Amino acid sequence: MTAGRGDIFLAGVGGQGTLLASEVLGEAFLLSGYDVKKSEVHGMAQRGGAVTTHLRFGPKVYSPLIEPGKADLLISFEKIEGLRFAHYLRPGGALVVNVQEIYPPSVATGREPYPADALERLAAVTDRFFPVDALAAALSLREVRAVNMVMVGAGSRFLPLPEGAYVEALGKCLAERLVEVNVKAFRAGRALVQAEAGSSEKGGMRR
Amino acid sequence: MSIPKVSIPADKEGVRLLSGNEAVARGAFEAGVRVASAYPGTPSTEILEELVRYEGVWAEWAPNEKVAVEVAIGASMAGVRALAAMKHVGVNVATDPIFTASYTGVGGGLVIVTADDPELHSSQNEQDNRHYAVAAKIPMLEPSDSSETKEYTRLAFELSERFDTPVFLRTTTRISHAKSVVRPGEPSGPPFPPGFKRDPAKWVMLPVNAKRRHAVVEERTRALRSFAETFEGNRIEWGDRSLGIVTAGVSYQYVKEAFPEASVLKIGLAYPLPERLIREFAAGVSRVVVVEELDPYLETHVRSLGIAAEGKERVPILGELDPRIVRQAVTGEAVPLRAPENLPPRPPNLCPGCPHRGLFFALKKLKVAVTGDIGCYTLAALPPLDSMDLCVCMGASIGAAHGFEKALGAEGPGKVVAVIGDSTFLHSGVTGLMNIVYNRGCGTVLLLDNSTTAMTGAQENPSTGKTLDGKPTHRLDLEALCRALGVEHVYVVDPHDIQKTEEVLRREVGRPEPSVVITRAPCVLLPEHRRGRKTRPTFEVAIDLCTGCKACAKFGCPAIEWAGETARINPLLCDGCNQCPPLCKFQAIRVREEKP
Repeated sequence: MTAGRGDIFLAGVGGQGTLLASEVLGEAFLLSGYDVKKSEVHGMAQRGGAVTTHLRFGPKVYSPLIEPGKADLLISFEKIEGLRFAHYLRPGGALVVNVQEIYPPSVATGREPYPADALERLAAVTDRFFPVDALAAALSLREVRAVNMVMVGAGSRFLPLPEGAYVEALGKCLAERLVEVNVKAFRAGRALVQAEAGSSEKGGMRR
Repeated sequence: MSIPKVSIPADKEGVRLLSGNEAVARGAFEAGVRVASAYPGTPSTEILEELVRYEGVWAEWAPNEKVAVEVAIGASMAGVRALAAMKHVGVNVATDPIFTASYTGVGGGLVIVTADDPELHSSQNEQDNRHYAVAAKIPMLEPSDSSETKEYTRLAFELSERFDTPVFLRTTTRISHAKSVVRPGEPSGPPFPPGFKRDPAKWVMLPVNAKRRHAVVEERTRALRSFAETFEGNRIEWGDRSLGIVTAGVSYQYVKEAFPEASVLKIGLAYPLPERLIREFAAGVSRVVVVEELDPYLETHVRSLGIAAEGKERVPILGELDPRIVRQAVTGEAVPLRAPENLPPRPPNLCPGCPHRGLFFALKKLKVAVTGDIGCYTLAALPPLDSMDLCVCMGASIGAAHGFEKALGAEGPGKVVAVIGDSTFLHSGVTGLMNIVYNRGCGTVLLLDNSTTAMTGAQENPSTGKTLDGKPTHRLDLEALCRALGVEHVYVVDPHDIQKTEEVLRREVGRPEPSVVITRAPCVLLPEHRRGRKTRPTFEVAIDLCTGCKACAKFGCPAIEWAGETARINPLLCDGCNQCPPLCKFQAIRVREEKP
């Protein structure tokens, strides 16, 4: 097994494709020789509700759930979902957030405002906060459903695998006709985060 | 479109990332299962969806869990390996055949999967089905990851035949829906040819036979107790002797994460438990803590042996565990954590375009009590629809509505409406409707026919005209069924037409006779509906006409957003269902000019 371990927490809204994103990440680590565990919930929770995935890799993984306060990387597909699960991130962990706003029912029905200070609050979570506009990137590829792979690409900047591992995983997880646009989305996402390029060596993950 | 059968090869070198449900299917396939039946229910649904893909397996959706187990019993009697799968509350429905199948024993191996849901991610309760193993005297295996799930599934069939008993395989959500690494093995069927051997004394549970079989069950349980002592799934992992943790299932993983140095007794056979092994473990450590989710099942047993074990006074009885909770419970030391943010909640919601939304919007205006049922439509209990007064279990809506009406005597009629989906109606609502007619009720039943079992991810059922493998079959006629039960007033409405729906509802609720209103429109998640989205017009709010009255926002459609002063419709979410335009008195909701 490869050395190195890490905990990746994905948060989003039902319908955004977080499950497929975590499939691709999980497969990429499996293909790279890691032990992998991944947990999420299906069913009622998926109906537009907050959805999360716990993804863990390492030489040997026991718990399928990440311990709160221990995630090395939190990839959130929506701003307030990033805040909702910020307590999962370890001190100094990386936070990659799609700046898209998806209104929860109380906001959509005008009972309370969407938190205007969401970005500031996210920035206060960690020094390693990286907002990305995944929706714009996906729309520029004319595939709104590719937001999830843009986020995988952005998050991959903080993970120790080479780009090829994700591309190979995409090929395994997707129908052939969908691979091309998703690989493009992945690369677009990867290009959105430059600041810590090479951070896999800088210790994005626990060693 | 039918699902093509594929023989999924076992790649000897390769490992795969499988969910617990996929691992059950793989294990059953490798064990040579021939017949499998289930009713969909989170977190168990994918077991059958996966099994149907394997060559040589007859896998089917049953109308309910009781039928699923009966199908499996019959297959077992015919001499093949059989499996029934269900969520924890599904076992409640199936207990009648299960408890007596314990007496008959098996022909071919018979495995019943119970997928429990600690934390109620998608359930109405968090019952602990380990108690069923004790009550039914059926051995229960409890795996702790996908690899073990596959192995235990294979083992379950072997134990079933070896001990002539059905075998429970218990998973929980974090097993069923967690993926971990599995090495697929080669299929190897049962060590005997299939075949029915007539044996009424074993299979016909007349009292005279059942009395003798009960003695067999007790003898079997004694044999299983001995087996439990040497079963390698029950094992001691000696470590630091100052702390010994007894655990099972996914809790084992949390324990290993939180206390890698501790001594651990891992229980793989939840029933019957290995008394000698437990005593040996307790004698070897200075402190015994039992770490398990939900009820103090292991703890009660350990304590019954006179062992001073700690347990539920430290480990939460509510919800699921994780490594942090386990660490805090065992050490008694709270680990500080970042304070939760104050945020708008994001509960699940009916999808944009869901045919149920307009229906509940109309129903709310009638100001009647609404007895609900299990399905996506239970979400109508949440604001802003806020239009459900009861939800208990599959099928309960109709019986409860009848009881509500009778309780109010002469005032009862017109005060209550039962709401139930097509799949749930066929699961266990039919008998309730039969009862209304039989006992001269005049209940109104709203039968929500969206042509699928939506909440669990769109499974077929007897009224969809397709089987689990996607092939066409007889399509049950809901109207004809209701009429056959004696309901004279059966009407079909399009729930997207809210005004018409409200009109029919008012009329039928006021009718002093039983009536059924079938609201028929496909679930928006069905591919045939999604394909139409490309050509269907979507809607937008004309800002100059919007007065900001929020009438549309109160509809609760995820696509309608309050933008501060006016409403707007999110073009990415709008399904074009046409339910919202009539809600606007100012005609501000109109067809969007350009597709986004």
